[in-house]
Amino acid sequence: MTVRESSAASRAVQRVVSPGGIEAWLVEEHAIPLIAMEVAFLGGAAQDADGKAGTAALMAGLLDEGAGDLTGDQFQERLADRAIELHFNADRDSWHGALKTLTRHADEAFDLFRLALTRPRFDPDAVERVREQILAGLRHEAKDPDSLANRAFFTEACAGHPYAHPVRGTIESLGAVSRDDVTALHRRGFSRGNLYVAVVGAIDAATLGKRLDQLFSDLPAEAGLAPVSPLTLGNLGKHAIVDLDVPQSVVRFGLPGLARQDPDYMAGYIANHILGGGTFTSRLFQEVREKRGLAYSVWTSLHPLRQCPLFMGGTATKNERAGEALDVIKGEIARLVKDGASEEEFAKAKQFLIGSYALHFDTSTKIARQLVHIAIDGLGIDYIDRRNALVGAVSMEDLRRAAQRLFGGGDPLVVVAGRPIGL
Amino acid sequence: MPSTPLAGLNPAHSPSATGGGPQVSSFTLPNGLQIVVIPDRRVPVATHMVWYRNGSADDPPLKSGIAHFLEHLMFKGTATHPAGEFSQVVASLGGQENAFTSYDYTAYFQRVAKEHLGTMMRFEADRMNGLAFDEDVVGPERDVVLEERRMRVETDPGAQLAEALSASLFVHHPYGTPIIGWMHEIEGLTRDDALAYYKRFYTPENAILVVAGDVEADEVRALAEETYGRVPARGAPPERRRPREPVLNASRRVTVTDEKVEQPYLQQSFLVPSSRTQAGHESYALELLAEILGGGQTSVLYRSLVLEQEIAVSAGGYYYGSLLDAGQFIIHAAPRPGVTLEALEAAINAAVAAFLERGVSNEELERAKTRFVAEMVYAQDSQAHLARLYGSSLAIGESVEDVKLWTQRIEAVTADEIREVGERFVRKGHAVTGYLEPRSA
Repeated sequence: MTVRESSAASRAVQRVVSPGGIEAWLVEEHAIPLIAMEVAFLGGAAQDADGKAGTAALMAGLLDEGAGDLTGDQFQERLADRAIELHFNADRDSWHGALKTLTRHADEAFDLFRLALTRPRFDPDAVERVREQILAGLRHEAKDPDSLANRAFFTEACAGHPYAHPVRGTIESLGAVSRDDVTALHRRGFSRGNLYVAVVGAIDAATLGKRLDQLFSDLPAEAGLAPVSPLTLGNLGKHAIVDLDVPQSVVRFGLPGLARQDPDYMAGYIANHILGGGTFTSRLFQEVREKRGLAYSVWTSLHPLRQCPLFMGGTATKNERAGEALDVIKGEIARLVKDGASEEEFAKAKQFLIGSYALHFDTSTKIARQLVHIAIDGLGIDYIDRRNALVGAVSMEDLRRAAQRLFGGGDPLVVVAGRPIGL
Repeated sequence: MPSTPLAGLNPAHSPSATGGGPQVSSFTLPNGLQIVVIPDRRVPVATHMVWYRNGSADDPPLKSGIAHFLEHLMFKGTATHPAGEFSQVVASLGGQENAFTSYDYTAYFQRVAKEHLGTMMRFEADRMNGLAFDEDVVGPERDVVLEERRMRVETDPGAQLAEALSASLFVHHPYGTPIIGWMHEIEGLTRDDALAYYKRFYTPENAILVVAGDVEADEVRALAEETYGRVPARGAPPERRRPREPVLNASRRVTVTDEKVEQPYLQQSFLVPSSRTQAGHESYALELLAEILGGGQTSVLYRSLVLEQEIAVSAGGYYYGSLLDAGQFIIHAAPRPGVTLEALEAAINAAVAAFLERGVSNEELERAKTRFVAEMVYAQDSQAHLARLYGSSLAIGESVEDVKLWTQRIEAVTADEIREVGERFVRKGHAVTGYLEPRSA
């Protein structure tokens, strides 16, 4: 078996520090005349005030709706005239901004990006328009089984914590957010101190250095983020049902996970791969889908929220067989703790994880996004080069310990949307 | 495998632009297999795809869903490799794989480190004519497909509206039948149905091999000769026998009213030429019309309905033209609270009429063309995207040249041509209008 070192390594990652002291990670690549840039600010929806869930998402949605001297309409026109792609969003722990431009439009692209990050207008008409758009999305999902199951999962798993709130809020909470809330969150959320930057494409380090200062030097040095308290997934063993008149039950299940910096994280990642992470080869895929035809999709993943690392999984099966599907899933979790994995299974999981790492780096946008996540997680600029060796170094004993820590702690929290039978 | 039947109404462009990009080569093996090689030397990875020129629109009567069901069963083993072996090998090499079915084609792909390309070709060539599976895998896999349909359609009123719109737009042609099939017909699909379909369509003459990545054309040719080259020719490629859609002198309306709907929505679908049925360059003009009328936040519809009149939260449109027998032009919008779908529909019609009255401005035309030219460059950043673009275009009978010239032909379209297709197909066309409505008390 050939095990290649991450081929992204063949595109060396450079650390660029601007004259003004702003750091970015750069993969310089001139084959195609484009530049992809990804930035992140720590913070995100966990910063939403109580009763005002959705503020962080609304703020992100407004950044390209008017900035500097440009109204929303004018700003969008400037982007479109040069086919510049600019997107912002919030997740529970951070805000993300992604820029893609042809090299020949880089001046305009970086200028618009700077305006959006540092001088958003938050015009009242834009606030109302984007609020209405998010509300429409919330209404669209109001009785969608997937959305309901996900929302209920976080409500139960993170009860009493900011993570319990949906990132885009609720119809009530989003209605309570004022323009001042949005402006204040931008002021305290975006700074050079909680900023991470990755760039991929046709740009050299010296040019990027100058760009970084243009882009970010108007931001405050430090953010004023509210502390987010640590939490362990709650309501273990609970079965929560969201009643919905649909023929299929959407199931979510979860257990406490492992923090990204946990020494057992990689071993846990492999354990998850064996259980339900591998697309066609996982135990759950075999048992739930292949052998029994219970579901089209069954998956598990580690979801390392910064203050509440989670293990979660899901499936969707007709109401009549929901109990059976859940029994199979719980049985497989228990079997992995009790009997562990076979040598062959373990070796194959490692081979897959090592061999497939290169596939995460085949487009500029994907590389930039990976790099920003590596930076946020504090894994180091050389992580891409080290990562496959880390997978390779996990021992059977590590795997057993990680599986025990992940899956040995009791019954999972289970949330179902639908009319399940047999739970 | 967790195959994604391409949603019939994906906002995808026709050959979404590639033009002066990579040095694509194309050749044909003696058994009729067409091969396309797309170089991308930035990473030592290869994307390997086999496309068959048959899709759900080739499902025999009463057997809707058979193309898609067979796609699932293609993972159930061959005479030489038992069920699951191919997937195990792909996984152990760190590869990714999947398959998908659309109206006009079915495709299988793997993405692997380039040195494993030959292995992928050996397995994929083997299942081109070696499929063999037992009766006992059929039942559970049919259940998987039924769960897939429940997940995608039976629990989602929006998807039910999309099905109803297609079924009303196409009263005779099989594009009116969902790719995944109707529930009651999927329930009756058998092993024999699948194998009969397989024997008819899975032949080298009916297939296209697309390899994108860090590979040389000569190397791909040599590997293909050793693998696919051994699959015996079957003579002529299979014939697609599909009824032609008549032009009805009738607009139609469909409504899905459901208690799960809290955000109303409306869509208009128009029957228009596809890239294969167009006269002249209608398809290119329709592409630009869709972009100017409904592409993003600078579009005519977004500006009028969302920004100026403030009656909609979203509004847009797209042209679905990459199809063998007919294209669709789509306009959609979601109202703000308190605005009825009837009022929104009237406003859309008025906005379209006003736009066609005044014609396309230079600014609008340039902006739309700039977007398509940029997309051509952005597409080159993804070998998987390029492989899909070439594969889908060839599978509906376009040539490599058509894909390469796409941007050039887009750039040649004039403002008058755009207005003309708008007048003819949209304003004077017969819309099928769909409403998604809450069940009000």
